[in-house]
Amino acid sequence: MSISPGLPGVRRRRVNHANSGYLFVAPFLLIFVTLLILPLAYAAYLSFFREQLIGGTVFAGLDNYTRALGDERLISGVVRVAKFFVVQVPVMLAVALLAALAIDSGLLRFAKVIRLGIFVPYAVPAVVATLMWGYLYGRDFGPFAQLAEKLGGTGPDFLGSGLILGSIGNIVTWEFTGYNMIILYAALRTVPTELYEAAAVDGAGALRIAWNIKLPALRPALLLCLIFSVIGSFQLFAEPNLLQRLSPNAIDSAYTPNLYAYTLAFTGQEVNYAAAVSFLLGLVIIVASSAVLFLTSRRSRR
Amino acid sequence: MSTTRRSNLLTLGMLALLIYFLLPLFWLVVASTKSTADLFSTFGLWFSSDVSLLHNIGKTFTYDGGVYSRWMLNTIIYSLVSAGGAALLSALGGYGFAKYKFRGNNSLFALVLGSIMVPTTALAIPTYLLFSKVGLVNTPWAIILPSLVSPFGLYLMRIYAQDAVSDSIIEAARIDGAGEFRIFFRVALRSLMPGLVTVLLFTLVATWNNYFLPLIMLNDPALYPITVGLASWSSQSVGGSGSTGDLLALVVTGSLLSVIPLIAAFLLLQRYWQSGLTAGGVKE
Repeated sequence: MSISPGLPGVRRRRVNHANSGYLFVAPFLLIFVTLLILPLAYAAYLSFFREQLIGGTVFAGLDNYTRALGDERLISGVVRVAKFFVVQVPVMLAVALLAALAIDSGLLRFAKVIRLGIFVPYAVPAVVATLMWGYLYGRDFGPFAQLAEKLGGTGPDFLGSGLILGSIGNIVTWEFTGYNMIILYAALRTVPTELYEAAAVDGAGALRIAWNIKLPALRPALLLCLIFSVIGSFQLFAEPNLLQRLSPNAIDSAYTPNLYAYTLAFTGQEVNYAAAVSFLLGLVIIVASSAVLFLTSRRSRR
Repeated sequence: MSTTRRSNLLTLGMLALLIYFLLPLFWLVVASTKSTADLFSTFGLWFSSDVSLLHNIGKTFTYDGGVYSRWMLNTIIYSLVSAGGAALLSALGGYGFAKYKFRGNNSLFALVLGSIMVPTTALAIPTYLLFSKVGLVNTPWAIILPSLVSPFGLYLMRIYAQDAVSDSIIEAARIDGAGEFRIFFRVALRSLMPGLVTVLLFTLVATWNNYFLPLIMLNDPALYPITVGLASWSSQSVGGSGSTGDLLALVVTGSLLSVIPLIAAFLLLQRYWQSGLTAGGVKE
C-alpha cells in the first residue's frame, strides 16, 4: 500500500523531522562543549585564584588581571605581535591577492604549476619551515652567508635582535601566502563569468575588471583571511620557540604572549597567572578581530 | 571572450615568486643528500660530489632504536584519527544545521561561529590542566581529542550542505521510507564528499603540523609526533658536538621525509579540495 504525500500521517512526521536535527548536531556540540567551552570556563575560573607558599590556593579576585595589565614583559610581547601583524599581514595578503588575480586572469603560462607551487609551503609544518629557514639564515652553512663570504663580506645577521622579527615574518609569509591565495582564488572562481564578458564588451581591460569586479567580489574572502591572520599573528609560538635556540639573545622567554604563557605555566609553575594571561590573550584576539570586522563593514556601508 | 593572449611579463614575475616559495624546499632536498661535513664545506644550493641521501635516510630511520619511524607512525595515527573524526563530526553537524530548522539552530550556530576567534593555544593550557586531572596527559588522546573540534569545518560543511544536498532529494528519500541517518549516509554523504575531503585535508594538516599541543601534553618521546621529535633532535644538535654533531644531517633528512606525505596528499586530492573550497569556503 502506498502513501501519497499530503496524508495526515505523513504531515505529522514532517513536523518531527526538524527535531532530528538535534541528533545530527549533538556529537559536534558534545565535543565542542567539553573541549572548547569547558577549558575556556576553567581558564576563567583559575585566573581568579593565586597560589601561595603558605595557605595554598586562595581566591585572588582580579589580582592576576591587574598584575597582567601592569606586566611589562606581557605588554611588550603584545605590542611586538601587534607590530608584526601590522607589517607582515598586509604584505602577505597583498602578495596572495596579486597571485590569485594573476592566476585567475588567464594571462599566465604554467598557471597550474605556479598555483600549486605557491601553495606547497602550507603543507610544510611550522617546525620544519622554521628549522629550514633557521639553517638558511644561519652563518654556519646558510647559502646567504656563503654567497656573502664569496663576495668578500659578511651577510646580514638575520638572527640578530635587529632583524629577527622580520626573519620570523618572512617564515610566516612563506608558510601562509599560498593558503590565503587558494582561498582568494577559490572565491574568484565563484564570480559568474558573464560579468567579465559584459565588462569586456564594454571595453574594460584586465586591470579594470580586476579592480572593479573581482576586488569587490573578494571582500568576504579577504575578510576571512584577515581574521585568520589576526588569530595567527597573536598566537605566534612555534617559530620564536624554535629560533630561540639559534638566537637566545634576540628572543627571550616572553618574546610573544604565547611564549610567555607557556613559560609561566611550564617553567615557572605559575598556572593561575598563566591562565589569566591566556584568557587575556584570547580577549585581545577577539577584540582585534571584531575591530577588523567593524572597520571593514563600516567602510563598505558608505 | 577568447583573449588567450598570454602575458610574458606577468608570467616572469610569477615565476620569480614561485622561486621564492620553492627555493627553501630545493635547499632541503639538496641538504638531505649531504653528510654533516659536506653541509658545512659545500655550497648550500647545489649538490656535493658525494651523495649520501640513502645513507641519511637509513640513519634517520635507525637512529636511537628507530625512534623516527615511531614518530612518523604516531603522526599518521594522530592526524588520521583526528581528521577523520573532525570531518565526520563537521559533516553531521553542518548537515544538521543546514537542513533541519530545529529550535535554537541559529543561536547555536552563531555560538560555534564566534568560537572560531578563540585561539587554540589559549585553550591548550587549561586543557592540559583538565586532562592532567583525568589522567589523559601523556596519552594519544591528549592530542586527538582537542583536534576533533573544528568550528571552521562545521561552518564550511554547513554552507556546503546547503547547496550540495537538495531538499527535494531528501524529501523523496523520506517518502520512500528512509530514516534520517540512512538518508544522510546513503544519499547526502555522496554530495558532501568534496566538502568533506576539504575539511579532512585541512584538519589533517593542522594536526600533522601541530607543535604547541603535543609539546605541552606529551613527555614520553615514544609518543611524540614528528614535529616535537624533530625539534628535540634539533636542540640536541645545536647544543652538543661530537657524537650529536651527526644529528644535523638527520634533522634535515627527517624534515624532508616528514613533508612528503602531506604534499603528496594535497597533489593527489587536489580535484576534491579545490572544488570543496570553491563551492563552500568563501560565501557569506
